[in-house]
Amino acid sequence: MTGSETEMYGPFALETTELSKHFDAVKAVDRLTISIPKAGMTSIVGPNGSGKSTLVNLLSGMLPIDGGMVIIDSVGLKVVKAYDTPSHGLTRTFQEVRLFEQISVWDNLMVVLTTRKWFSALMERDKPSYKEKTVEILKSVGLWEKRLDLALNLSYGQRKLLEIGRALAMDVQILLFDEPFAGLFPQMLEQVKSILKDMKAQGRTIIFISHNMDIVRELSDRIFVLDSGELLAEGDVEEVLSSAAVIEAYLGV
Amino acid sequence: MLRNLQVYSTLTQPFRDPWGFLKERSRNPELWINLVVIGGAVLFLLSKGTGFAITVGTVFAIWAILAVSLNLVVGFTGLMSVAHIGFFGVGAYSMAILTSDPLYEQLRSETIPTFALPFFAALPVSMVMAGLVAVAMGSILNRFRDDIFVLVSFGFAIISFNVFLNWRELTRGAFGIHAIARPAIGGWEADGKLEFLLVALVFLGIVMLITWFIVSSSFGRVLTAIREDEQAIQVYGYRAAHYKMAVWVLSAMLAGLAGGLFASWTSFIDPNSFILLESILMVAIVILGGLATIWGSLLGALVFVLLEEGMRFVPFIPTEHIGQGRQIVLGILLVLLMLFRPQGLVGRYKL
Repeated sequence: MTGSETEMYGPFALETTELSKHFDAVKAVDRLTISIPKAGMTSIVGPNGSGKSTLVNLLSGMLPIDGGMVIIDSVGLKVVKAYDTPSHGLTRTFQEVRLFEQISVWDNLMVVLTTRKWFSALMERDKPSYKEKTVEILKSVGLWEKRLDLALNLSYGQRKLLEIGRALAMDVQILLFDEPFAGLFPQMLEQVKSILKDMKAQGRTIIFISHNMDIVRELSDRIFVLDSGELLAEGDVEEVLSSAAVIEAYLGV
Repeated sequence: MLRNLQVYSTLTQPFRDPWGFLKERSRNPELWINLVVIGGAVLFLLSKGTGFAITVGTVFAIWAILAVSLNLVVGFTGLMSVAHIGFFGVGAYSMAILTSDPLYEQLRSETIPTFALPFFAALPVSMVMAGLVAVAMGSILNRFRDDIFVLVSFGFAIISFNVFLNWRELTRGAFGIHAIARPAIGGWEADGKLEFLLVALVFLGIVMLITWFIVSSSFGRVLTAIREDEQAIQVYGYRAAHYKMAVWVLSAMLAGLAGGLFASWTSFIDPNSFILLESILMVAIVILGGLATIWGSLLGALVFVLLEEGMRFVPFIPTEHIGQGRQIVLGILLVLLMLFRPQGLVGRYKL
């Protein structure tokens, strides 16, 4: 293990080494070591309480790490600050959609495009490039008609789409989606699927959590199965999903 | 392009279709609220004469500056602070100490430092001092959120009052400071009431412009996002702590400006003007007028000042109870508003 950081950590988009997180006595993520390759679609599955959401929260800096390390795009981090993750090229969505409720759909997208530093932001008005990008994303997720509504007036599916649109607007390479397909009716499901496929086609790394095995089979190139905060299986989708250990964890046979 | 077209068509609508425009607008309660408040104020002031109107106007301007500056923190950023009176006080005391007349001071047994600076030299210092205090307070307050934030800011309001009362070498405690300078440029001095009103209104205009500059920028949009979900906006790469600190200090500086104006206007201040209740009234004005709108804070301040000054004309209330009377009326008004119009008079954000 010598040389620059890039050589140290190999060509992976996202890695964890011995990553741990416990809530009191409960080990939500327990010495987890995984490596997610660049590009393509990776799914993370597992029964409820297996640590999937905790893992995403650790990777995105929403929760402090108790032990181990996260390596985002070849940069090793023992402490992940949420506000630094976009500069490492990572963004996420939330299981419970978190919009900025009492501002408009338009502003919900504009707000993730503007300058980050507070003083430059104070001097900055809406640039045409931000507006163009917002228009483009509003149209691609089908929310153009709703642009002047407050986010709290959107339906459940529209909320999911807006959040995915916000992640799209970030223009980063690694995207974590926490249950993007939960609770959507078929037409919107197809829409979200095609958005994800488009992003994959652009060469971005898509990582998503899902309980819907049909979608997991259809979309993912690689799968990680978690159980009780530990890695149960990883690899090719069909192989993993037909293995005895995975079936046992899911069905409890 | 599409948005511009839309703006254009809204702008020309009153000319193309005046009747339809009026019909549409008359369904909007905000129009009626504006008409009733401003119309009521104008009629009331006309009936009471010029001298009264000038006094009310000056008190209004000072409260409006405070309300607009507090709205930056409470309405736009969602930080429910009752510590604002501290910044107002620091601004007022800075003005008092810097401009108080040394001749007057020599008559006193207990002396405090005097500088005899002119008003316009002292005002920036008032703002900077308030800003410095805000940096100190903010670095502690930034660790807290929601309920705890309110409690800690409550603590700061009480501390600041006690500092004004007990740091007698600087503030002369309960005796207060006299002979504070009026605004003067060259040979002109705003010694009359009308002149001071004009100065106060000019400052109100400047503060509104500054606030508008802040809230219409990218910075302002991030503030509203922090109000809605502070954790989520961090995931998108914004350091919420920096934004909160920046708006906190900017807002405190504007409150310091209001304090400087206030000290100069009354020409005498003592700690009684900076009690916790005043801070709560300030928050009440902001909520009454409407959160996250500059215009709302003006309306809120107008309603409050008219209540305050108008109560003395209600015939059956004894003079010594006027103070409590206006608090009761303001209280009832707030309860009614929260029941029937939770966004305040013209608010853009509901608590």
